[in-house]
Amino acid sequence: MESPEKNKNSSPPSHEEIMRRELEIIAGIRQGYLPPENLPGIYTKSDWNVLPGYFNLVPDYKTLLKSLEDLLDYDKKREEDGFPRRIRLGKLIKPSRNDKSKVVVVPTSTEPKFYHDDSITEDNEETTGGSGEGEEGEVIGQQQAQPQKGEGEGQGAGQGEGTDHDVSSEAFDLGKILTEKFSLPNLQNKGKKRAFSKYTYDLTDINRGFGQLLDKKATLKRIIETNILLGRIDKDKPFDPENLLIGPKDHVYRILSKEKDFETQAVVFFIRDYSGSMQGAPAETISTQHLFIYSWLMYQYQNNVQTRFILHDTGAKEVPDFYTYFQSQVAGGTRVAPAFQMALDIILKENLHKDFNIYIFYGTDGDDWDNDGKELKEVITTLLSLTNRIGITVAKNSWGGTGQTIVEKNMTDSGILLKYPKLIRLDSFDASGSNEDRIIEGIKKLVSDT
Amino acid sequence: MNLIDQHTKKIMEECKVRARAAGLTFDKETLEYIVTNKDMLELSPKVMIPTLYDYWLYDVEVLKEFGKYKLYPSNPYETVINSRPAISFYNDNNPDWMNIMIFYHVIAHIDFFQNNTLFEQTWNDDFVGVALADKRLIEEYRKKYGRWADYVIEFSRSIDNITGYFKSLSGLNYPGHLDPEEKVNYYFNTFLPDVLKKHDSEITKELDRYNTLIETSGKEAIEIFFREVRIKHPEFQAGFEKYEYDESPYHDVLLFIRDHSPFLKKEENGWMKSIITIIHNSAQYFAPQIRSKIANEGWASYWHDKLFISDNRIQGHESDYARLNAGVTSLSRVGLNPYAIGLRLYQYIEDMANKGKLSYNFQKIRSIEQRDAFNQHTGKGQDAIFEVRQKFSDFMFVNTFVDQDFVDKHSLFVVGKHLDEKKGVIEYYIKSKKAADYKKMLIDSLYHPPHIVINKELTTEKRLYLVHNFEGKQVYPAYIPDVLVGLEYLWGGEVKLETTEIIPEKENEEIVGYNYRTVMYSCKNKKVSKTIPKNGQ
Repeated sequence: MESPEKNKNSSPPSHEEIMRRELEIIAGIRQGYLPPENLPGIYTKSDWNVLPGYFNLVPDYKTLLKSLEDLLDYDKKREEDGFPRRIRLGKLIKPSRNDKSKVVVVPTSTEPKFYHDDSITEDNEETTGGSGEGEEGEVIGQQQAQPQKGEGEGQGAGQGEGTDHDVSSEAFDLGKILTEKFSLPNLQNKGKKRAFSKYTYDLTDINRGFGQLLDKKATLKRIIETNILLGRIDKDKPFDPENLLIGPKDHVYRILSKEKDFETQAVVFFIRDYSGSMQGAPAETISTQHLFIYSWLMYQYQNNVQTRFILHDTGAKEVPDFYTYFQSQVAGGTRVAPAFQMALDIILKENLHKDFNIYIFYGTDGDDWDNDGKELKEVITTLLSLTNRIGITVAKNSWGGTGQTIVEKNMTDSGILLKYPKLIRLDSFDASGSNEDRIIEGIKKLVSDT
Repeated sequence: MNLIDQHTKKIMEECKVRARAAGLTFDKETLEYIVTNKDMLELSPKVMIPTLYDYWLYDVEVLKEFGKYKLYPSNPYETVINSRPAISFYNDNNPDWMNIMIFYHVIAHIDFFQNNTLFEQTWNDDFVGVALADKRLIEEYRKKYGRWADYVIEFSRSIDNITGYFKSLSGLNYPGHLDPEEKVNYYFNTFLPDVLKKHDSEITKELDRYNTLIETSGKEAIEIFFREVRIKHPEFQAGFEKYEYDESPYHDVLLFIRDHSPFLKKEENGWMKSIITIIHNSAQYFAPQIRSKIANEGWASYWHDKLFISDNRIQGHESDYARLNAGVTSLSRVGLNPYAIGLRLYQYIEDMANKGKLSYNFQKIRSIEQRDAFNQHTGKGQDAIFEVRQKFSDFMFVNTFVDQDFVDKHSLFVVGKHLDEKKGVIEYYIKSKKAADYKKMLIDSLYHPPHIVINKELTTEKRLYLVHNFEGKQVYPAYIPDVLVGLEYLWGGEVKLETTEIIPEKENEEIVGYNYRTVMYSCKNKKVSKTIPKNGQ
């Protein structure tokens, strides 16, 4: 659907204007900006949530995954009928004090109706009710202007922190959905790589009756099972372990065995511009897209993906995990080349190109203070000989005008996009008007072979 | 889902006896079920009605709720639905003393559902049963027409909040049978004076003839009379049909589409009308609840408090109760709690009425001392709150009774927020302690869908023309295209929406004012465009 608002200003701002704008945003952010708030309103409370709970009955989310697939199938048919899709994949993030917040990927849907838009009203200021002591004008509470680490719920950057386990298991599911349901292409191996597996010897095989090492937990389980079958344990009553019978095959041992050890098959560099101008929609778009790509690769390589994360403003830095990558708040100005240089340095230093398929995904709003892009061209050209694919996403700011951004211009001028279409792709769109479909469309453009 | 055990049911029945003695009125039968948290999560998209029609997006919501639950396990406490008999759902592990409080709360809700006139349209049916029949019908259609049944549900739901709820409510007790037939109305009030340009004297003469005919030959005379009219004035019939169309409801967009859409008039699409009716009626059913949140929760809180404290079965749990009750009904330092505000408003009204303060004589008094001292010992407090419970919506409740005395009594204020740039924090501050401001803030936060009606003059077989009556807020722009695409399907032609946009006027990034402009959204062949009409601005 054509958004009527897109073409409102056609003359792009000059480079100086963009730079000035960016500096203003950085200054603004240093002073703090308004976080999403969750103050109770009239309709937030209802009878069944005003009291705290007693028991936690966690439903088995996994058993429902199939029905999610059905729902996605259903959603896909809508496109054939010419109606927009309804299901979006969102993530819920629960902040926590010890920086180990949980993330859950959930399907979500919106139900468009005619509603009042409360964001713009005559009264400049949002108000709510309150009660208690105090005089007019008195400050009664304050809130950190910059969102706390990992605060809130949403699609965006700057939110959430998780244990590695959490994100990879969720990411795998998400990747499966993305691949199968959103028709993302399957990856092809480069072909020249060595075997992806090697053998190790480890106490992993299980044998009943004899072996090198008694697996106590498994043995106990067997004993309980045996006794249940014999009717010696009643599920409603406590039992005395002394009375349990132990069968000869109940002992479970580990024995030494030859194991196939899967090596990581791919290394993916995620590079993200986190300069001032990325604030808002571009950052949100890029981080969502990178989460999807990450999930998709986890699925493609059956979790055997090594990931590296690089953030840049005028300088580049490597960060240890997806969450730091996600949540890092915007910093200074913009220079693109150092980030790619850093990726190149890492590849060469660790000899990654010898053993791995290498992917680089880069997200930006298209801004670069290096006007000529010479440095960038050089480093990317070098990278192309080492990598399987470089995918660049330009998520444009709404105030950036409709013309080509600096990054786009530099990339086009360099000619490498046309010269190596199999190795490097660039996709650009307006971040503020982008939805999940557009983001996934973008991934297809970046990773497809055609 | 199981019924509560006999022990707990006994507690409920004892609560009912006490509640009746206190003046609450409600049906004899109620049903109480124990549900698991999972049941609750699954029911929540269906507004807790277990028999509500299936819809695939509900399932998406359920999956989302499960995900949410994984992060934020919470324990539903109680919820009650307005059905016949009233059904309420409980968590398994409430101790008896807590059940007593919860039951009083639930009974007061049932009393509110069954007495507040906003709910009048829901009094005659067992909605759970109706919903079940609807669900089965929709299932039939789904079998036959596949996902197209779901599209019709979806598109109907997209405007189920603009069904002219208050209009239909106000017409409910209108003595329509006293009105003359539409035809008669049209003939004498429109056709004779406006179309035939007859003089008053001639109209009076014709009226006399009509009256005599009725008196002598009864109702059958109307047919005879109009047979003659049609022969004499062949244009009468066409004029009358147009008049009927013009007079048909235009504030209920959903019903208008059902009754006048050229697409739905096609024989093969007749089934869609049944679905539209189901969606419409379900929405009407839920409409009163969201418009009486403060009044209803306040009422339930008032009664659970009053009845619980006087209940001798709770001895020894007074402090447990106090803690629990404080969690439910304490006023927030920052934020709005409908339980707290509603409860205090009822208590305030009761006190005012007891002292005879709900009177003009009291309102005339300006002196603070005299106002405080005013007490006529009328003892009408209970009567007053029962009347409010019968006749008031949230808007009337707040608009009528929130005054300076109330605001002062509970130290209420409007909270504003501003950014302290130096400290990098948002500060919440007391913006106003004036009753007028507090009232405005409350009213602004009440549920109020946009007022969108049909412009019949500009609506044709090929075009549906909607007009949004601007009330200070624009319609949320991101949703407009999707809704219009759905309506285009239901109308079978172009859909237009005339609405108003607010454009902030900025100087150096500071908003210095607002401009309003009329914009027109058009949807044709699933493409939505926005234009600014020439007469706009």
